[in-house]
Amino acid sequence: MPDIRLEGLTKEFKEMVAVDHIDLTIEEGEFFSLLGPSGCGKTTTLRMIGGFEDPTEGHIYLGGSEVTGLPPYKRNVNTVFQSYALFPHLNVHDNVAYGLKRKKVAGDEIKSRVHEMLDIVDLPGYEQRRINQLSGGQQQRVALARALVNRPALLLLDEPLGALDLKLRKTMQLELKRIQGDVGITFVYVTHDQEEAMTMSNRIAVMNAGHFEQVGAPQDVYELPATEFVSGFLGASNLLEGEIESVNGPTAKVALELGATVALPADRLPTRQGRIGIGVRPEKIHIQDASAADASSRANAIEAMVRMSTYTGVSTSYECRTSDGSPVVVYVQNLGSSSVSIGAGTRVRLSWDPEHTFAVKRVAKAEDDGDKTATAMEGART
Amino acid sequence: MATTTERIARREPIDATAPPQKPRKRRKEWLLPAYTGLVIAYLFVPIAIMILFGFNNPAGRYNFQWEGFTLKWYNPTTLLEYEDLNDALINSLTVAIVSTLIATALGTLIALALTRHRFRGRSSLNLGLFLPMASPEVVLGVSLLALFVSINVPLGLVTIIIAHIMFSISFVVVTVKARTSGFDHNLEDAAGDLGADPWTAFWTVTFPLIFPGILAAGLLVFALSIDDYVITSFNAGGATTIPLWVYGASRIGVPPQVNVMGTLLFSLGLLYVIVSLWRGRKAEALAPPVGKG
Repeated sequence: MPDIRLEGLTKEFKEMVAVDHIDLTIEEGEFFSLLGPSGCGKTTTLRMIGGFEDPTEGHIYLGGSEVTGLPPYKRNVNTVFQSYALFPHLNVHDNVAYGLKRKKVAGDEIKSRVHEMLDIVDLPGYEQRRINQLSGGQQQRVALARALVNRPALLLLDEPLGALDLKLRKTMQLELKRIQGDVGITFVYVTHDQEEAMTMSNRIAVMNAGHFEQVGAPQDVYELPATEFVSGFLGASNLLEGEIESVNGPTAKVALELGATVALPADRLPTRQGRIGIGVRPEKIHIQDASAADASSRANAIEAMVRMSTYTGVSTSYECRTSDGSPVVVYVQNLGSSSVSIGAGTRVRLSWDPEHTFAVKRVAKAEDDGDKTATAMEGART
Repeated sequence: MATTTERIARREPIDATAPPQKPRKRRKEWLLPAYTGLVIAYLFVPIAIMILFGFNNPAGRYNFQWEGFTLKWYNPTTLLEYEDLNDALINSLTVAIVSTLIATALGTLIALALTRHRFRGRSSLNLGLFLPMASPEVVLGVSLLALFVSINVPLGLVTIIIAHIMFSISFVVVTVKARTSGFDHNLEDAAGDLGADPWTAFWTVTFPLIFPGILAAGLLVFALSIDDYVITSFNAGGATTIPLWVYGASRIGVPPQVNVMGTLLFSLGLLYVIVSLWRGRKAEALAPPVGKG
C-alpha cells in the first residue's frame, strides 16, 4: 500500500519555481531519500509534505487520504528538523512527551513510552537532563525520539545529521537505519550528501532545479545514471562524447569523438540516434601500459596519456587525457605485488566492459574553455 | 635572565631600561576601580539619603537635617497617618498595576507581529514606536489633556491609566522585541508538527520562552508608571498619585512617611533582584553534570 503519494506537486515563490510538478509514490516502510544540491527544492518538498508550506498546485495523499491544505497539527506526520528545534525550556522527558501530551495520552503511558523511546535512541536515564547539557549527537537523538514516540505514519527528516562532525555522522547514519528497522516507520530523508543517501536508503530521488532527475535504488542510480547531472552528482564519473552508430538487437555501438567505438546494452540509450554522452565510473576502468596491452583488456577500449597518478592508500587514482583532450579518471585498488604504479606521461590503454557503460542525453553546454573539465566531476560533498 | 615582559607579568621591578612603564601601569590599576566606585556612589547616594532620612527624627516640619535615629515612621499607625497620602499610594499602585498589565499585553502582541510578519507599514510602525519615547513628556501630557477635554472624557484615574498605557507600550515593544527577534520560529513549527494547534503552541512554547522579556518589560513600565509626574499632572483631574502628592507636600515639607514608602518600594525591587539572582545560581548548581559526548 502506498504510504505517500505526490501528484503534480508545485511550489512557486515570488520569482522562482522551487518545486516543479513532481509525482512520487513512496511505499510503506521505505527509507526514501531526496538527494540534491542546496536550492534544488528538496526541503520545500519535505515542508509541503509536513504541512509547513502550502503547495501552489498539486495534491498530497497520506495513506490514501488527501492532506493537501491541512495544517501540520492535523497530519499524522512528524519531522526531525535540521536545527533539531528542541524546546530549550523543557527537559528531555518533557520534550519527548510533548506530542503525547497534545494527544491527551494518560500520564503513566506517557512515562513508559518516553522511557522506551529513550532506550531505542540509546539515551536511557536522560529524562531529567536539560537540552543545553546535551552534545549535538545527543540532541539529535532526542529530536528523533520526540518525533518517533508519536508513532507517526511517516517521519520526515530534514538533513538531520548536517550539524554533526564526520565521525558522529557515520555512526548516526547506521543508528538511524537500525532505528528505522526497529520501528518500521516510513522515513523520508532530505540530504545533499550522496554517500549518506546511498548508505541509508531503499530508494533515492535525485533532485535538481525543482524536478526529479532520477528515482531508483542506490545501485541503479549509481551504476546507471540517467542524466549527466546524476552521473556527476553521485560519485565521480567520466563522460565522453559520441554519436550512435548502430543498434543491433540488444547491443548498440557508439562512435566516440576521440576515435574509438564502444558497445553498450541498447536499452540504456536515451535516444535511438544522434549525439549522446557515454559514461563509465572510474573504478570500472582497467588501465594498462599501451605497449604491454594483453588479453586482460576489456571490450571497450580507448587510448590515453597519464597526467598524474595519486596514491591514496586503498587505491591509486590516475588522471588521464584522451587524444581529444577529455579527462578520464581511473581508480585502481591496491591489491599488492601485482600493482605497479604507472608514471605520468605513460601512454595507456583504458578499457572496460560494455556492461559497465551507461549513456546520458547530451545537454548542450558552453563549448570548450580549452580544458574539458566538466566531464569528470566529483559529486558535491561537504 | 628573564625578559622585560616576563618581569612585568610577574610584577618584578624593572631595571633602568624601561622606567616609565611601572608608574603608568600602577595608575591604570587604581584608576578604573576608583572611577567605577565614583559612578556607583553617584547612583546610590541619593537613594541612601532617602533611606537614611526615613530613620530621622526631625524636630520641625522639614526633614532635611539629621536630628536623631528613630524607627517610629516604620510603625504602621504613624506610617499610614496621612489619609490622603495613603489614597495617593493606592492610586499609584492601581494605575501602575493596571497600566502595566494592559501595556505589556498589547506591547507583546505588537512585538510578536513585528518579528513574525512582514506587512505593509511595518517599518513606519517601527519608527512610530520611538515617537512616544522621544517626545517630551510635557508635550504628550498637554496633547492628551486636549484630547480628553475635546471628546469630553472626565479626568481621573481612568485618564491617568490611559495615558500611562500610551507611553508604556513603546517601551514594552522595544524590550520584548529584543527577545522575540532571537526566537527560533522552527520551535513553533516543531510544536505544530507534534500536534499543537497555534493557540497551544503559543502558550506551551512561545510564551515560556519570551517570558523573561515580557517580565523585564513589565517591571520597566511599572517603574515608569509609578513615578510619572509630568503626564499624570495634566490628566489627573481630581485624582492624586504619590508623585503628585509629594510635589504638593514639598512646599510645606515632605514628611518622613514618604521616605519610608520609597524605601519599601525600593526594597521590593531589591528583593526581586536578589531572589532572581539566587534562583539562577541554584538552577546552575542543581543541574546534573554533563554526560558523555
